[in-house]
Amino acid sequence: MKLSDLTSQAGEWLRGSGPMSEIVISSRIRLARNVAGFPFLTRCSKSARKSLEEKIRDTILDSKFSSSKTFYVDLETAPEIDRQLLVERHLISRPHKDAAGARGVAVGENETLAIMVNEEDHLRIQVLRSGLQLEEAWEQINAVDDQLESSLDFAFSPRFGYLTACPTNVGTGIRVSVMLHLPALKLTSEIEKVFRAAKELRLAVRGLYGEGTEATGDFYQISNQSTLGKSEEEIIGDFKHVVIPKIIDYEHHARRALLSEQPLALDNKVWRALGLLRSARLIETEETLTALSHVRLGVNLKRVKDLDINKVNELFLLTQEAHLQKILGKKLEGTARQAARAEFIRHRLSAN
Amino acid sequence: MKCEKCNRTATVHLTEIRAGKKIEKHLCEQCAGQIEGYPPKAHAPINELLTNFVLAHSGMAKDEEGTCPQCGLSWSDFRKTGLLGCEHDYAAFDKDLTPLLQRAHDGATHHLGKVPTRRGGTTVPVKRQLDLNRLRKELTRAVEAEDYEKAAKLRDQIREAESQV
Repeated sequence: MKLSDLTSQAGEWLRGSGPMSEIVISSRIRLARNVAGFPFLTRCSKSARKSLEEKIRDTILDSKFSSSKTFYVDLETAPEIDRQLLVERHLISRPHKDAAGARGVAVGENETLAIMVNEEDHLRIQVLRSGLQLEEAWEQINAVDDQLESSLDFAFSPRFGYLTACPTNVGTGIRVSVMLHLPALKLTSEIEKVFRAAKELRLAVRGLYGEGTEATGDFYQISNQSTLGKSEEEIIGDFKHVVIPKIIDYEHHARRALLSEQPLALDNKVWRALGLLRSARLIETEETLTALSHVRLGVNLKRVKDLDINKVNELFLLTQEAHLQKILGKKLEGTARQAARAEFIRHRLSAN
Repeated sequence: MKCEKCNRTATVHLTEIRAGKKIEKHLCEQCAGQIEGYPPKAHAPINELLTNFVLAHSGMAKDEEGTCPQCGLSWSDFRKTGLLGCEHDYAAFDKDLTPLLQRAHDGATHHLGKVPTRRGGTTVPVKRQLDLNRLRKELTRAVEAEDYEKAAKLRDQIREAESQV
């Protein structure tokens, strides 16, 4: 399995399957772990950093959860476009893409599993699944963590739990993030409700690519902030039983309100967006995401009937810069890239 | 309301207590930005907020001489980046870290989640320590709920558990 094989598929996070997939795009859990006996990365010498990477990489590739489809990308030597591709597929973080020094990522289990090596912590294990699948994600990541732990000694203290470079991650080292598509709440100007619901449980709301990013394409990511003093199950439970059902309910309500009270305004948004995507000759990423968001809403509400939802889901990913350039097999900048994007979308949307 | 320093609308309202006196300031975003300690950006990303937060609250440490014997990190090094240098820092800076952890984690100071089965054969005491943590948490809840009967039972269990650790 190679990195370039990925571009032809939608990637786990936008597969558009799984429970509640009309609203819940993906469920993600990550665990921060450090190997005992090695300093954290800010205090690691170049050579220690390298041997740490090799040790972790070999452990991952020798583990039971690895198969012939598991692959490891050395990010110190990987070209920019490959690293960007991994960011677009939510397999590595932006800081990991742009960092320096020995580091990498192992990707396996059909892209549901990604283990970043030498990010802020020695290991950042991630499980990403389509739709609302938090319990399944926890089961999967817990098993991977157990297997890694049978060969690696993780830094742990009875009082503080898993020890992490940043004290804001200490304890469970867990970050649970649920990505939601909330176009109706945005259209009805009720998105504040989401922030309030999240705030009640001290959860953070972020954009498409996590920390410090905008909520483009009406994608919102809800994540926990506190990691200490609660068990993993309790943290996941807050999402599964409290926050997420509430937000899903808000979005359903807003969708129903649009359908019953403003069907014409709704159709206008949806069909204009589709018209834009089918006609544009030059288009930027952000404009694409916004239009796709409205089209996705239209398809989910059956206002647009002749368009496959998977085709829309795929376009969210395939129109991003690295994917576009990989698919077309050439480097594209500025206007040329916008033109190529517009043409790619027109082609995809016409071939029914 | 107008900004005290210029004529723009005041959107930032600060209350400071100095020498027991309450001082109120009404400023616009731009003038407020020039005051030390006021976050310069209104919509800072969460990571930055956390780092700022860590840095702001780690200022409590008066003694900046101490360094971790293992990795050599000093408290002021930590304040610069918000990142620790090695696993031993948690013990080395225990006193300074505790208030900071409490603020970052809803008042929590003890781990209650998963325990690795390895970790140098220390499994049993670790489990016991965690039971203790769990009992302490339950005790807090019982006291909050004013269920003193339960609280008394828990207190006895904690005493017993403590004698075993």
